[in-house]
Amino acid sequence: MNPEILSRIQFALTVSFHYIYPPISMGLGLILVIFGVLYVRTKEQKWRELSFYWLKIYGLVFALGIATGVVQEFEFGMNWSTYSRFVGNIFGSLLAAEGVFAFFLEGGFLGLMLFGGSRLGPRLWLLATTLVVFGAHFSALWIVMANSWMQTPAGYTLQQTPNEQIAVMQSFAAVVFTPSFGARIFHVFVSAWMVGSSLVLSVSAWHLLRKRHEELAKSAIRVALPVFAVLAFLQVFVFGSWMALVVTNHQPTKLAGMEGLWQTTSCAPLYLVGWVDPATQTTHGIAVPCLLSYLAYFNINAPVTGLDAYPSDLWPPLQLAFQAYHAMIDLGMVFILIGLIGAVYYFWGRRIFTTRWVLYLLVATIFFTELATLAGWWTAEFGRQPWIVWDLLKTQNAVSPTLTAGDVLASVGIFVLMYAALFVLFLYLLNGNIQRGPEPLEEPSGEEPLPDTFREIFRKRPPRTDLPAEASV
Amino acid sequence: MWLNVVWFVLFMAIVGGYLILDGFDLGVGILHPFVAKTDDERRIVLNSIGPVWDGNEVWLVLAVGVLFAVFPFVYAALFSGFYLAIMLVLLCLILRPVAIEFRSQRPDPRWRATWDWVFFGASAGLSLLLGTALGDILSGVPLDAQGNIFIGLVDLLKPYPLLIGVTTVALFAMHGGLYLALKTDGALQARVKSWLPRLMIAFFALNTFVVIGTVILHRQVTDRYLTQYWPVIFPAAALGALILSWYMLQRSRYLEAFAASAGVIALLILSIAVGLYPNLLLSTISPSYNMTAFNAASEANTLAVALIIAAIGIPLVLLYTAGVYYFFKGKVKLERESY
Repeated sequence: MNPEILSRIQFALTVSFHYIYPPISMGLGLILVIFGVLYVRTKEQKWRELSFYWLKIYGLVFALGIATGVVQEFEFGMNWSTYSRFVGNIFGSLLAAEGVFAFFLEGGFLGLMLFGGSRLGPRLWLLATTLVVFGAHFSALWIVMANSWMQTPAGYTLQQTPNEQIAVMQSFAAVVFTPSFGARIFHVFVSAWMVGSSLVLSVSAWHLLRKRHEELAKSAIRVALPVFAVLAFLQVFVFGSWMALVVTNHQPTKLAGMEGLWQTTSCAPLYLVGWVDPATQTTHGIAVPCLLSYLAYFNINAPVTGLDAYPSDLWPPLQLAFQAYHAMIDLGMVFILIGLIGAVYYFWGRRIFTTRWVLYLLVATIFFTELATLAGWWTAEFGRQPWIVWDLLKTQNAVSPTLTAGDVLASVGIFVLMYAALFVLFLYLLNGNIQRGPEPLEEPSGEEPLPDTFREIFRKRPPRTDLPAEASV
Repeated sequence: MWLNVVWFVLFMAIVGGYLILDGFDLGVGILHPFVAKTDDERRIVLNSIGPVWDGNEVWLVLAVGVLFAVFPFVYAALFSGFYLAIMLVLLCLILRPVAIEFRSQRPDPRWRATWDWVFFGASAGLSLLLGTALGDILSGVPLDAQGNIFIGLVDLLKPYPLLIGVTTVALFAMHGGLYLALKTDGALQARVKSWLPRLMIAFFALNTFVVIGTVILHRQVTDRYLTQYWPVIFPAAALGALILSWYMLQRSRYLEAFAASAGVIALLILSIAVGLYPNLLLSTISPSYNMTAFNAASEANTLAVALIIAAIGIPLVLLYTAGVYYFFKGKVKLERESY
């Protein structure tokens, strides 16, 4: 294997493993903000207990997100130095902006969020939580801008340097608001919220099945279920469809590859499941007639451009793009069904809390939302091939010229071993947290109210004498 | 052109900010298994950096992002050329947060001891690697006309760079020790204080060798000092700050001692920047291949946009970072959410 193939494998592996965690940072973060708002408004102790419980899981997920996220920023230069030189003027600024605006917000307030529960009043604690969660979304925003620029580049001119051609920024506004950015960012946010709400649903359903922490689990489901059910519906019919329209207009070979559409066809079908057969240049499977034409052009008779309109060296890897895309859309439809079942069993006399098969279905949901999210990114990235920057630079020409196969084999090996170990430990610790469940809270000691406004923080605090740290030394 | 100069200065300032802030986190990690004996002590040590280490590490993420945006040719050359070394850096960067977070998840002593050593290894390893990388940059690298560096891992681990690596470990251990002296009390603080004089002397001795070695071996970065003399005030001021730190420590004024050691780091980075300017990467093949703040930078448009982003973002960052430090000021207290 050559360094290029190994570098592709390494990037796919590290970025996929990373993206297990950020959707939870965003989605579970949203749920934590809702818990915090409910506590501030109702002062019911259960919301505080839920906050403390889910915060512990949030901390674990966040640590893995940080640990695996920094890798990508280094890998562009390590494995893709030609790409880095080509896009540095543009892509680099977006990464730097992510660092200065988003990561500092997360990093700065994470301490207050994770450790502020016993030091801050509920409103300031909620503020810290909100800032971290906002930071997580803001970070995704810059990264999605950067990715969207790679999918639909704009606002640049090409310039010749002594060694190579590079892209130079002409308009920052055009660089950040590329044609695919709007659709992609909503699609990404909604998918993250679905992952976060489904995690809460899964764990709470598990507690109900085990008949433990039942009141808290029911409260959590009351928050997470409507979020999930509404978003599942919107994701397919609004945001996913919008994304498909953008791909149709700007990346036609990607659309043809995702759908396995060999010939330009009017009344093009949309497959539910299928198999691309390159030998016969056909696609087999169960399809809804004319649906692709409708989704792409809102007209069942509109012709959709097939792969035959393009030379085969511009085709994406067909089987990978097709299967990733269909895994995503099929799961998307399953989520609508799960949302509906949940809603029906909730309103039908709260049967959702006792019906075992529905609870088991909810427990399984988190695995499928994570898979669907990853499949979505695989669709976007496999579908962009052979380009690393659409229509400007091919991935095969973007790799670092200095790499040897041995170097990359070593790094792939380290990543595989370390990530496998981390994932096992992560699941083990997550499972421990889930099985233990929320712990009851002692009442706040009360003799000294926690600061709940900025003024109270900066007022001189009396020195505390009850230092448990001292006693144990 | 002025934008390139501004960005050279700003990039060095961001690197300095990272080394000062994460430097004490790394130092705390290096000292962790040696100064803290009981589980409670180790928790205090971990929680002394608990609320801030993540924000501090972001300075590294920012420095790399800025390098990518502002000096993309340096970023591409350095990260691809130092491939396996950077991979080791990543290994440490992954294991450190994981060790901090995983340790507190279970009470089992063996579990905790394991992650304590991972935390130590990642902190010490990262310090050593960062220092060694700096040593390689000061030594010059085989940078070719295409802006690529062909060099193996073993060739990066020469005595001079390794000496700077070890010096960095001593520097961070000292800096982290002063931070711990500020954040702890009782027996733990007494143990930290017994380590500090040794660490300061070790750093001073090692750093003296580094200075001598640099003057003898690497005229490219000491030329400005040996021909113009006046820049010598910066390394001299670093020595002054070290002495001040020692003096303050003897008088148990820990905040001042810690601030002085932050000054040592800042002045050392300033000294390096003065020696390097305008170069960012020195080529051992031909000085005409050197990458400078001018020939390795992005176009003016990008530099201006990045400067606007920095001008909005960095003051905000400094403001709320100061707020968070203020909020967690004083000796460490263990609470239910603590690590």
